[in-house]
Amino acid sequence: MSGWRHPELGDVDRRKPVWFTFDGQPLSGFAGDTLASALLAGGPRILGRSFKYHRPRGLWGLGGEEPNAILDVTFDGKTTPNVRATTEKLRNGMVLQSVNAAPDAARDRFGLLDLAHRFLPAGFYYKTFMALGWMRWEPLIREMAGLGKLDATHHPPADTPVMNAACDLLVIGAGPAGLAAAAAAARNGRQVWLVDEARAVGGSLRWRGGEIDGAPWTDFAATTCNAVKAAGGRILTDTVLWGAFDHGSYAAWQRREDQTNVHWRIRAQNVVLAAGAIERPLWFANNDLPGIMSCEAALHHLVLYGAVAGRRIVIGCAGDAPYAVAAALAKAGCQVTLVDARKDTPPAPDGMRIIRGAKITRAHGHREVGAVTVDGTHLDCDTVLVSGGFTPSVHLHCQAGGKLDLDKASDSLIPRAGTSPIRTVGAANGAFGLAAALEQGHAAGSGAAPAPRAVDRGWALDPIRPDPGIKGRVWIDPQNDVTLKDVRIAAQEGYQSVEHLKRYTTLGMATDQGRNANFAGLAAMAVLTDRTIAETGTTTYRPPFTPVPLSVIGGMRRGEAFSPPKRLALEPQHRTCGAKFREYGGWLRPAYYGEDEATAQQDEARTARQAAGLYDASPLGKIEVIGPGAAELLDFCGYVRMSTLKPGRARYGFMLSEAGIVHDDGVVLRLAEDRFIVSASSSHVGSVRLILEEARQDRFDPSRVFLHDVTAHWATLTVSGPLARAILADAGFSVPDIPHMSVAETRWKDIPFRIARVSFTGDASWELSVPARYGGELHAVLDAAGTAHGARWIGLEALMLLRAEKGYVLIGKDTDGVTMPHDLGWGGPRASRQDEYFGRRSLFTPEANRNDRRQLVGLQSTNVPLPTGAHILAPGDTRRSLGFVTSSYYSPTLDRAIALAMINGGRSLVGQDVTVFNLGETYLARVTDACAYDPKGERLHG
Amino acid sequence: MQRYSAFSLLREGLSGHRGWRPAWTKAKPKSAYDAVIVGGGGHGLATAYYLAENHGLTRVAVLERGWIGGGNTGRNTTAVRSNYFYPESVALYDLSLRLYEGLSKELNYNVMLSQRGMLIAAHTPAQMEICARIANAMQINGVDGRLMSADEAQRRIPLLNQTEGARFKCLGGVWQGRAGVARHDAVAWGYARAASALGVDIIENCTVKDLTIEAGQITGVETNLGPIRTNRVGLAAAGATPGLAAMAGVRLPIHTYALQAFVSEPVKPILDTVLLYLGTGTYVSQSDKGELVFGGGLDRVPTHGQKGNLPAQETVISGLLEMFPAFAQLKLLRQWAGVVDVVPDSSPVIGPVGPAGLFVNCGWGTGGFKAIPAGGWLLSHLMATGEHHEISRPFDLDRFEHGRLIDEAAGSGIAH
Amino acid sequence: MQIFPCPFCGPRDETEFLFAAEAGKTRPEPAPDVSDAVWADYLYGNDAPKGTAREVWVHLTCGEFFVMTRDTTTREVKSCAALPGKAS
Repeated sequence: MSGWRHPELGDVDRRKPVWFTFDGQPLSGFAGDTLASALLAGGPRILGRSFKYHRPRGLWGLGGEEPNAILDVTFDGKTTPNVRATTEKLRNGMVLQSVNAAPDAARDRFGLLDLAHRFLPAGFYYKTFMALGWMRWEPLIREMAGLGKLDATHHPPADTPVMNAACDLLVIGAGPAGLAAAAAAARNGRQVWLVDEARAVGGSLRWRGGEIDGAPWTDFAATTCNAVKAAGGRILTDTVLWGAFDHGSYAAWQRREDQTNVHWRIRAQNVVLAAGAIERPLWFANNDLPGIMSCEAALHHLVLYGAVAGRRIVIGCAGDAPYAVAAALAKAGCQVTLVDARKDTPPAPDGMRIIRGAKITRAHGHREVGAVTVDGTHLDCDTVLVSGGFTPSVHLHCQAGGKLDLDKASDSLIPRAGTSPIRTVGAANGAFGLAAALEQGHAAGSGAAPAPRAVDRGWALDPIRPDPGIKGRVWIDPQNDVTLKDVRIAAQEGYQSVEHLKRYTTLGMATDQGRNANFAGLAAMAVLTDRTIAETGTTTYRPPFTPVPLSVIGGMRRGEAFSPPKRLALEPQHRTCGAKFREYGGWLRPAYYGEDEATAQQDEARTARQAAGLYDASPLGKIEVIGPGAAELLDFCGYVRMSTLKPGRARYGFMLSEAGIVHDDGVVLRLAEDRFIVSASSSHVGSVRLILEEARQDRFDPSRVFLHDVTAHWATLTVSGPLARAILADAGFSVPDIPHMSVAETRWKDIPFRIARVSFTGDASWELSVPARYGGELHAVLDAAGTAHGARWIGLEALMLLRAEKGYVLIGKDTDGVTMPHDLGWGGPRASRQDEYFGRRSLFTPEANRNDRRQLVGLQSTNVPLPTGAHILAPGDTRRSLGFVTSSYYSPTLDRAIALAMINGGRSLVGQDVTVFNLGETYLARVTDACAYDPKGERLHG
Repeated sequence: MQRYSAFSLLREGLSGHRGWRPAWTKAKPKSAYDAVIVGGGGHGLATAYYLAENHGLTRVAVLERGWIGGGNTGRNTTAVRSNYFYPESVALYDLSLRLYEGLSKELNYNVMLSQRGMLIAAHTPAQMEICARIANAMQINGVDGRLMSADEAQRRIPLLNQTEGARFKCLGGVWQGRAGVARHDAVAWGYARAASALGVDIIENCTVKDLTIEAGQITGVETNLGPIRTNRVGLAAAGATPGLAAMAGVRLPIHTYALQAFVSEPVKPILDTVLLYLGTGTYVSQSDKGELVFGGGLDRVPTHGQKGNLPAQETVISGLLEMFPAFAQLKLLRQWAGVVDVVPDSSPVIGPVGPAGLFVNCGWGTGGFKAIPAGGWLLSHLMATGEHHEISRPFDLDRFEHGRLIDEAAGSGIAH
Repeated sequence: MQIFPCPFCGPRDETEFLFAAEAGKTRPEPAPDVSDAVWADYLYGNDAPKGTAREVWVHLTCGEFFVMTRDTTTREVKSCAALPGKAS
């Protein structure tokens, strides 16, 4: 421990101590600390271990780019892995655990791996572990890999609201450039959203300080925030703008004190990117030792938290920026030595030593830094602060499709103007000076008056590059343990494209998103392959800018909200009757009534045949087709002609896809000359409507026919069975005497009432429909009359059994995506229709014309029902399937097992025995007609 | 070819790794080749390797417009499997899986094939029936598939959401033990290295501008690096294939969509299988680095832009959390998109098209990675012999005229 | 989150739309006069253009089918128009 707490500096509340532990060691910080600042001021230096070599790792930076200080944090009994110490607020009672270390960061036994580092270069695993098979080695490697540990018992709630917003101008980053942009735009009356990932506005001004327009910067910030709010805009702090998406949409993650996160989707007319820049490290030997930190981060922690990085500090740099840091640290009482690679430097601040024209070539220390070599001279120290220049945060510009250019003055890649819809300003644009940042921001906010004024700080810098000739191990990516040597090996082996470099060495793929590593890797590769940085190229920038909790993006879509099932209007009534619900085609419907499924299904099916069954048919799609062009439209869209249907009658038909595949089946009711109802199966209503709509709008005169999906408008209850007519009479309906396949519109107690005689069970059935709000009344009278006659409510399981007895298909269960109507025994229209209809031509391809197509048949087995999904084997060939069982039940009425199957050339096999295969076992079954019950259909007319 | 082994690592380790040679030679185009493959992804590189290895054709060039393995080969969720329904599909994908099983040794490059098994999880009795249909089809077709119970699924994947409030409880599903994952980049690099060692020219940053056709015969390609003469061209360029085929006047049954994949921050091992959840459409595995690698359905807008879109991200991620509520502790680290070439029946198109000497291997849609060895094997057979291999015959473009589509989603009810 | 302009409803979120087909195809008929090859091309043949594409889309919420011209790489929407239909 070399860090300490300054007695005065910082915004922490020294009257409120906060207690926590790190790797079991009790520690304390103050209210207002982050985990990082508390650990820096009073904790150990080793906070974790690196990914591959298990090298000790300490705090490096100050924000979302921190690569090392990643911790598992337990709070309130729940652990969250991989928490970034720099962005997490310290709370009383937090338990912090280092990651990738056993038993802890200080004593990690895997640290021995580092001794073998020379045998574990980049991509070593591609070259070995082949002899005994990778699976032999993989478990070992897997156990070693990974950072934190997931807490199996911690299920964060799905409580993140998704908020949609729109604004005139979105300003990303509330540092000087962003504030200036927001101020100018707000003064012009534009609605500005100003977003920053830090807890307060100001950006680097917060620790660098400064005057704007001759007053403290805080005045300017306060005025700006007021102006933004006054113009109807909004300031979002603690908010990471993490993704630029299509058509000007952006995603942001807001963290709120003691409240849920917010997932923002922001649609902006214009966007200004003022995300600043992050500091680069220096590339000397052992530059990964704990105690080596970003210079800017040291100032940040000093000024905002009073957390001082060390006492005897060496600062390595080649630019002016660290001079202010050095001055602040010296003033705070540290012994500071400045090592500047430049010969011409500004004057050294008071009270420190400066070494000009020199570089740190090596850091020394076993577990943390204790000295450095500066051009051959040994310098003892306890802390090294480094500044190798700055990397602008251009991610969002690139996410939005923007290109980059190398800017010599700032020695960085900055946005090429006009290549993305985003305007980048300030440090993110390579303008590191305060005055320049204000000027650019002001201009981007379309400020007319003069820009806010400030005295520029010195920001001159000399470019620094990793030197491949340097001796020792030089880290490029500290978390993933990629060294300069690894980049050299990649170059030597031909992995020279930046993407190959990244993938081969894992450079830039750590949880800092490569923000610390990418530029150095790129620069090193450029040097090694004798190319410019522009020639070497950059990797693609993609969302997220900073790792975002999955819980934020997932929002509240969990449980039923993930994909809400459709519910019946009469669900409460069915529940009262003992229904157990299951999902069918997106609807929650009664599966059976009672406790035991098998018993209930058999009882219900038996009762329906002997007395009557009542069931809820409301999910059946009802699409009204209205107008003089209705019949013509239906003729084209359907496989069976409907123009010949008489008003008041109903006809069963199919709707095909244009590829000739059976898409849906159902009954069409003709209510009047110009009015039909197409009943689609419950899961196909939407797609059937689209088939009709497309033909209506593309092929016909849309003014002559209109479609209206009225599925949800009606409650439909069906009474089916020998006692159905008696039940209807008892219930007090005046049932018009209409034959099977007819429909009548009438009234029941002044309520619109539709009766259709169509049957899905093979028994005489009446479908009764009333407007959905009267469903309860209909249910009540039917329930009473039905009970009196020994009828019962039947669930879908029994209904499926009843229709299977009749050989009626269920689209999607008995058919699949290759089934054509003639495979189901409906070859009539295909043979006879001369007019055009949807899917027609596809019914005559060579494949459609084959006579050994898979056809619907029945199967009769011994008493045990065949497993659905079992296959029918070709005779004498256990390696060839002829088809499969699609529906299978025990029929209580027939007192035997029944099944439907799709079998190649099935109809020609009727009467023959076949072998049925299921999961290693075989059964014998006889191919029969699909209809097993009442083949003449006499019961329909009861 | 420089031999990779534990021994060579030790030796190089002691000498500062100065002896490693380029994995593949950075070739400049020659004026003529016996065969040219357009597309330096897994399929193209595998085709080149097998042309040299199986058919002795070494005057072969692979033209890649960017860097090899940079398309869908390097943008997928790395699952390999052959849990298919139709015999034609099983023959194809199991050939691929069998080749994968020997690939590391054959190429002397560890592609990290991890056969940790894959579960397709079902949530309703109806879906379980479909799973039985697939498992039986796999067994009949000689592939290791079986039905897995809910209990076993829970045992293998303890973090699954099986609570009362779960939208999609797992009732079990189809299990294939030989399925798993492999390291995607290594497949491309391994094939490139082996092909290069056999004399194949791998030419990066080479864009094909036109196909040269004389009297109904391919005679060469025009590139940004100049013309190349050849009378055999194989297209293996995924979403770019329609544009290349159009140069020869060929229309393909392809739409291009962005398919996104996602990676979480790494954690210690928590998931030991590959899982596809029918209810959410989300699939997931955990990489050797500890990251969760997951994905879902296609973005809904056809595109050629390798860029993901937020609505699909929200759907896939909420689906993942519905399956594994504990994963809500994790953060999204990376996300990317590949442009996939989707055919109406979601099966590939392999065969001759248009002028003599032109062949395609495309239409792999969302599932091309697992088929790389087979795709290369079959396209090389076509290009070397001019005839279909029996396994590729059903996947010829003519199936659309005949109406004989090989539609797994239609046949099994499960979209792959 | 792309925004598509429905000719009937105006600009709406992409999640409300469904891609139907590439525009410009004419259904070959009557069926007996159509060869397998012509039919297959009608059903399945695409250009999948990189760049400007004309496509038929449907706005699911109102049921309007329309032709949209857009760039498949930049995702810029250039124009949209209702289907002409066939006046009788």
